[in-house]
Amino acid sequence: MKFKSRDLSAARRILKIRDLRVGLSGRPDAEPVLDGIDLDIHAGETHCLVGESGSGKSVTSLATMGLLPKDALEVQGGQIDLEGFEITSATPQQMRRLRAQRIAMIFQEPMTALNPVLRVGEQIEEVLAMHTDLSQSDAKARTLDIMEQVHLPDVDRIYAAFPHQLSGGQRQRIMIAMALVLDPDLLIADEPTTALDVTTQLQILKLIEEMQERHGTAVLFITHDMGVVAEIADTVSVMQKGRIVERAPIRTLLTAPKEEYTRKLLTAVPNLAPRAGRAAPDAAAVLRVEGLEMTYGGGWFRTAGGVRAAQDVTFDIAPGRTLGIVGESGSGKSTVARCIMRLIDPTGGEVVVAGTEIAQMSRRQLGPHRKHFQIVFQDPYRSLNPRWTVARSLCEGPINFGTPKAEAMARAAELLELVELPRDAMTRYPHQFSGGQRQRIAIARAVAMQPDLLVADEAVSALDVSVQAQVLGLLEDVQKRFGIAMLFITHDLRVAAQICDDVVVMQKGRVVEQGAATDVLTNPRHSYTRSLIEAAPGRNWDFANFRALGGAQAEQGTTA
Amino acid sequence: MIAYILKRLLATIPVLLIVAIFVFLLLRLTPGDPAAILAGDAATPAQLERIRDRLGLNDPLHVQFFTWFGQMLQGDLGTSLISNTDVVDMVAARLGPTINIALMTIVISVLLAVPMGVIAAWRHRTWIDVAVMSFSVLGFSVPVFVIGYILIQIFAIELRWVPVQGYAAPTDGVGAFFSRAILPSLTLATIYIALIARMTRASMLEVLGEDYVRTARAKGVRENVVLFRHALRNAAVPILTIIGTGFALLISGVVVTESVFNIPGIGRLTVDAILARDYPVIQAMILLTAGIYVMVNLVVDVSYSFFDPRIRY
Repeated sequence: MKFKSRDLSAARRILKIRDLRVGLSGRPDAEPVLDGIDLDIHAGETHCLVGESGSGKSVTSLATMGLLPKDALEVQGGQIDLEGFEITSATPQQMRRLRAQRIAMIFQEPMTALNPVLRVGEQIEEVLAMHTDLSQSDAKARTLDIMEQVHLPDVDRIYAAFPHQLSGGQRQRIMIAMALVLDPDLLIADEPTTALDVTTQLQILKLIEEMQERHGTAVLFITHDMGVVAEIADTVSVMQKGRIVERAPIRTLLTAPKEEYTRKLLTAVPNLAPRAGRAAPDAAAVLRVEGLEMTYGGGWFRTAGGVRAAQDVTFDIAPGRTLGIVGESGSGKSTVARCIMRLIDPTGGEVVVAGTEIAQMSRRQLGPHRKHFQIVFQDPYRSLNPRWTVARSLCEGPINFGTPKAEAMARAAELLELVELPRDAMTRYPHQFSGGQRQRIAIARAVAMQPDLLVADEAVSALDVSVQAQVLGLLEDVQKRFGIAMLFITHDLRVAAQICDDVVVMQKGRVVEQGAATDVLTNPRHSYTRSLIEAAPGRNWDFANFRALGGAQAEQGTTA
Repeated sequence: MIAYILKRLLATIPVLLIVAIFVFLLLRLTPGDPAAILAGDAATPAQLERIRDRLGLNDPLHVQFFTWFGQMLQGDLGTSLISNTDVVDMVAARLGPTINIALMTIVISVLLAVPMGVIAAWRHRTWIDVAVMSFSVLGFSVPVFVIGYILIQIFAIELRWVPVQGYAAPTDGVGAFFSRAILPSLTLATIYIALIARMTRASMLEVLGEDYVRTARAKGVRENVVLFRHALRNAAVPILTIIGTGFALLISGVVVTESVFNIPGIGRLTVDAILARDYPVIQAMILLTAGIYVMVNLVVDVSYSFFDPRIRY
């Protein structure tokens, strides 16, 4: 693992934040959101701000941009100094001129960050129209030039495209072009690759680095992903509850973290090396999928055309085992999960759950079998009915299947204990819980049906890394206790390596490789699997043990 | 796009056909014999029979329908039972004033309401927002005729800026037209301003919280450009929908306004026809209104794609 180890103390200091305090608007006595932040960034430096959700990373960046939501948050003290210019006391006029010229920002989700009704070329050109006197033809030439610099293909066509006509990676390139067209001194990147596939993420990280080197930009990079941090950071600041708890050069932070919180964050990062395989049980498979096919659209009788979202998918899972389906967005992994749950009707193949073929059953016939297979979704904020108490959500399924209410309630209380939630959670509503707690409730809801098969569709992807570790632990507990077979859909190879016995790798609706997790993830045979593993950021580092994977020494070196 | 418009136009045929059948049955199924109404109280049975024969009322129902429908397709909607003049001519003569007033109302409403809604959303929870919303509630709750009389009292009687009532076609002189059309249009517009301002504000509030608005601000875009270029176009679809529905609903508001301002439009024609049970005229009005509804809906649907490139037909 090569870390950056440049000495940037001699470089021009671009940003100096001192004792920055941000609190709720008009309520100086309330607990502050940012409590005494100090931060320095030099030209050419990449400074990573890491921490879990709610730690204040984004608030720090918005305060620097002068973009705090006025009616919610305000700067209550401290300085933000951009090379002698004080941002906290700037007028809106001054701030407006500063943005894009001196400080620019790119955001997490390029789909929503770009205006859907304006052509992307116009959106870049608008920056020039607002801040320069360039003629229209010069502005267009400069726009096309920056679009070429961010390696967009066929720039004339893309110039006239709308955001929804581009891929996620292309959209983020547009955002980067927009941010860098006026060559700002400071680029703030707020989780710019979190919404992207891992191979796209690698390209975008490289692009940011390339642009940074070409223009000498200082980069404040906000992320929760330690792998990304290991790849790109010069310096890292760890945030917790509105404070910076530790700051160190990247190598020092990853090899010898001082603070307890940093250690906790690092130890929670799942290892990319698969854990040792578990012995396969000698029992009949709970789930058997054979030749599963799902084609969307394609006209009557689905004879021609149509999108083949899944083709010829075959695998099985024994009780107590976990099978992971990994792949990038659009690979068909979620389609397979939905077909198995019969949330959508597969167009071909067999799905046998607990000895019953369900792929071709009518909805009515299927009803009584539903209790055998349950699902946990990705987003715990949307998968629980917000107007129902937890108890009602937990009991609805069992009551539908004839369990008396009192018994269902008693069981729900037991389950809450199992997922480590307080008993009084029964009478509360979903919004009163954190994301991790909600996902525990969602798991309890699924388990309440006593299923044979649990499908987890990106069930930990929306969670912070320490919460993710806990929820993964919980899923394994539940599995051991009830001997449930688990189908685990994920895009995150680290998670797959830590929870799966077997892995199916999907690409464009087809299975390209499948086998034991230890084989597939350590000796991938298919080039696509290899490219996925190679794109995983920080893949050679064993974060939890503060050393390189496989015990190799950390290489000292500078990036080219 | 053209294929889509053609498809939509074809789809209006069944809608209008159902309306036509309903309109036809309206006359045949309402209690009371049209012949008796037409002949008056003093008619003899022989006279009635002659009238029935002339109107084809003795034929089987479906024959009557096809006869009537065929005439309708040729632009013949019969003659008024009261004035004995051609219905199509009657309606055509009254259509001009109503359409002019309606168009002016829509223009006034949109020009006032959209900026009001945008500013209310921009200055959310300030006195401007409260003022716009209060006006909106008022606009909804005060009856149209009350607003009409208040406006007449102030601008026509006290200030004497405009005539009290009456109508002049634009061909009679632009000044004459505007001075007479402005009060009725304002009267009618009140409720639409309220409606459209409310919808604009709600839609803008949603859009102003979107990521791309933050992006625009992060680019150092001027606030008015943020509002009108970035946000408003994204907020347009619900606003267009409400303008479309509003235009269709105008027809009912027109009835009262035309009475208050003594304008010879189709609103008053309709009221008079209903009071006199002048069925051919009522039929014509229902068909006309249905046609307008369908067309306005089509125009609104097609205009979505103009504002939002993601909507393609």
